[in-house]
Amino acid sequence: MDFAFTEEQQEIFAAVKEFCDDVLKPRAREVDEAGEYPWDNVRQLGELDLMGIAIPEQYGGLGLGVLEWAVVGELLSAACTTTGAVYGAHMLAEYPILQFGTEEQKQKYLRPLATGEKIGAFGLTEPSAGSDAGNVQTRADRDGDEYILNGSKIFITNGGDAEIYVIIANVDPARGTRGLTAFILEKGMPGFEFGKNEEKMAYKSLSNRELIFNDCRVPAENILYKEKGGFRVAMETLAVGRIGMAIGAVGLAQAAYDAAVEYAMTRVQFGRHISEFQAIQFKLADMATDIECARLLSYQAAWRKDAGLDFEKQAAMAKVFASEACSRVCDQAVQIHGGYGYTKEYPVERYFREAKLFEIVEGTSEIQRLVIANRLLKEAKAK
Amino acid sequence: MHFIVCIKQVPDTTEVRIDPATNTLVREGVPSIINPFDENAIEAALQLREKHGGKVTVITMGPPQAEQALREALAMGADEAILISDRAFAGSDTLATSYTLARAINKIGDYDLVLCGKQAFDGDTAQVGPGLAEHLGIPQVTYAIDAQIVDGRLRVKRLLESYFEVVETPLPALITCVKQMNEPRHAGLRGVMKARKAQIPTWTAQDIEADVERCGLTGSPTNVIRVFPPQRHRAGEKLEGDVEQVVQTLISKLREAKVL
Repeated sequence: MDFAFTEEQQEIFAAVKEFCDDVLKPRAREVDEAGEYPWDNVRQLGELDLMGIAIPEQYGGLGLGVLEWAVVGELLSAACTTTGAVYGAHMLAEYPILQFGTEEQKQKYLRPLATGEKIGAFGLTEPSAGSDAGNVQTRADRDGDEYILNGSKIFITNGGDAEIYVIIANVDPARGTRGLTAFILEKGMPGFEFGKNEEKMAYKSLSNRELIFNDCRVPAENILYKEKGGFRVAMETLAVGRIGMAIGAVGLAQAAYDAAVEYAMTRVQFGRHISEFQAIQFKLADMATDIECARLLSYQAAWRKDAGLDFEKQAAMAKVFASEACSRVCDQAVQIHGGYGYTKEYPVERYFREAKLFEIVEGTSEIQRLVIANRLLKEAKAK
Repeated sequence: MHFIVCIKQVPDTTEVRIDPATNTLVREGVPSIINPFDENAIEAALQLREKHGGKVTVITMGPPQAEQALREALAMGADEAILISDRAFAGSDTLATSYTLARAINKIGDYDLVLCGKQAFDGDTAQVGPGLAEHLGIPQVTYAIDAQIVDGRLRVKRLLESYFEVVETPLPALITCVKQMNEPRHAGLRGVMKARKAQIPTWTAQDIEADVERCGLTGSPTNVIRVFPPQRHRAGEKLEGDVEQVVQTLISKLREAKVL
């Protein structure tokens, strides 16, 4: 067993860290408060080759693995959670095209995503279908060489700003998940429209828009994988997405911890730095331990994915643990800051609000536990 | 067009301390970086290459570990790098350094523009660039804040103390670059990965046909007698209030101090 990064990995992460420290972190608050999609940051991610880390070189990527993608996501999230979320959601379009796309689809759609020329998004969630994927109401009806899509999606990250979408629709609603079919859509297709952008507790500048399909005609060649193969596409995409969410939570937790340590070591009460009080030290110890556990679980899930091992259970474990750890850490970071932690003067109040998302998005904690339990029972039966 | 950038690896200035006992820089454990002004020179060369085509070669004279600085320059986008390294170069002052760099550039031969940072963060002399131009026998323009190649000639805007000066010179030429010239780019991951694998040749004194008498400590007439931090000046006194009154107070204070 070897927990060390290779020299190449270290150099890659050092270069990303430098960009995070110089560019992303100093403007994180400004980006958050602007209420506008962080295009400048997103463009720079493309220029620095960060948008196709886990995509093979023949499709315009760097040819590295999910582990490298995850560690970079952690660094981005620690510096600017909004930019980290864009990066994570982008992969949800890249990954299914890489995994299930034809050579033609990869050249046409994956390449511009991997180079960062275009941004991607993934659309599964609907007003009445999130965790319950079988209840997807967006219909796709075949008409000659085309499918006609009708329905809508909500909360779609990068929605409206992305140009390439992987959309899950149902060609046979009576069959539930077995009718699900994945399509690649492009912004600008007739009948593909954008609705309102959600107003959220945090992430004011992140797009989470409604996608509306109004007799939207999609060529049959844009089916990803195969007709009625959409459930598998969605589940495999979400499994990788969970690693992204886990690591995003690790990054945010690290930022909150760093802020808390810095504050504790400078804030003086009763004639000494509050870091000298055991009550504060114990908090810091718990926070750091939480982060370390979450990070190791996340890295392990990514490593398993790259090694070709089953990783679904570990990804769900990482997601549920990291997101809940992140909320605990951010909560304690505010507590350590006392009254100042509740003000906008310090970033921890924003971290506190941002943390909650990770426990909900891409499968709530409850769904993750279901995924884990299903796996455990299957394993037990197989014995 | 061929752009040659001369860089120096220096200790990260934000982490430098001076040993109070010896009055020398404490270098142990201090990370090394590319001299910040040299990063501006690299960026300027990359921008000129993007505009006019050609290639960017980065060179440095230094110990073997200076190769890391060259790799960082390659990661930013430079095409080639050469390390000029030999025990004979140890202890070089600015005269010996500029002589050695000139020998290396003469060996490279074909070039249009040499770019240097305006000065190094550690030595602060600002002499190597100008010295190098003299050794090469080419025109030099220091403190460049902008450099354009117009109709095969170099047009440089210089940042001087209270004004700008625009000068033109034929090529080949040498410029030294100031911080305000540009914002050095971050290395992309593709660049980082490529730079790791790059073969960086090392040129010795023999390779560049340098006269060893003119290199290193032997070729350096400079003697550092003492290094010490500047004395801190006491904070001045600020006079505030009605202008007439302030002027009167100032005059009387200056008289007291026997300045007037």
